[in-house]
Amino acid sequence: MTHDHDRGLDIRCIDLVELVTDYLEGAVDEERRTTIEAHLRLCEPCATYVEQMRTTMRNLGHVPVQEAQQLPDPVRDQLLAALRAEPQG
Amino acid sequence: MKGITEPPPPAPEIVEAQDPAERQLLLRLRARDERAFDDLVRAWSPLMLRVAHGFVSTDASAQEVVQDTWLGFIKGLGTFEGRSSLRTWAFRILVNIAKTRGVKEHRVTPLSSLAPDSDAGPTVDPSRFRDADDQYPGGWTPAGKPQRWDTDPEGGVLRGEVRVLVSAAVDTLPERQREVIVLRDIHGFESDEVCALLAITAENQRVLLHRGRAKVRAALEGYYAKETG
Repeated sequence: MTHDHDRGLDIRCIDLVELVTDYLEGAVDEERRTTIEAHLRLCEPCATYVEQMRTTMRNLGHVPVQEAQQLPDPVRDQLLAALRAEPQG
Repeated sequence: MKGITEPPPPAPEIVEAQDPAERQLLLRLRARDERAFDDLVRAWSPLMLRVAHGFVSTDASAQEVVQDTWLGFIKGLGTFEGRSSLRTWAFRILVNIAKTRGVKEHRVTPLSSLAPDSDAGPTVDPSRFRDADDQYPGGWTPAGKPQRWDTDPEGGVLRGEVRVLVSAAVDTLPERQREVIVLRDIHGFESDEVCALLAITAENQRVLLHRGRAKVRAALEGYYAKETG
């Protein structure tokens, strides 16, 4: 048993899955990060889980959003009129 | 427009305008500089329309939300103190108006925001892990461990039906989770911007993000399981 292997056993799979976002956001301390990474090297299912969370994020980044629309000209004109009408100061 | 050259003196002091350009812009806006205002409206409205769409049902509604946002922006210019960036402030107005509107349209449930803890507990079914008296307590069971997804080379992001599925999963998320997912993962806002917009802590934001992503992952898991199984 290597030190890295032992380190990886310091965290249980059931706990790791709740820390994935903290880990990916860089919000875990150095100690925690080292443990998580050692665990991911020895636990394929957890490595798969983390990869699937990354895939999920990539998919979310490709969710079709409305085409970049602009406010219609008449609406922008109304806003400019409102700006003009607003008393200064 | 000529004649408007002096900034209005009675407005509150700008306490913390982050950079000189931002400060300059605020002074121009307070002076009712129409060019500066129109440039801003053109620059931010497309993203505002998209964000508004996360809260309301129709194009017309989203447009009204954005219009009301800019009217609120004009009204607030005199009292805005520059404690946040102009963009964060403007989008905070937007989110508030869009939420109110979403509630009226029954797209957003107001109760869910009052009871954020109703969605507590594990994000992965505990029965997928070994019992406490097992040799490996808390480890995946053979049946519970996640199966690799048969994604295409681009990581499964391009297939149309996957997009539809992800989009539908986002729609069913509890309100706070959906707000965070829409801003962070769909629109790519930075973490601290989202915290400022929704008035939540960084920790709370990560919890909401995690729960939201875990649910969308579960939806994808169901999809890939059906496909291979």
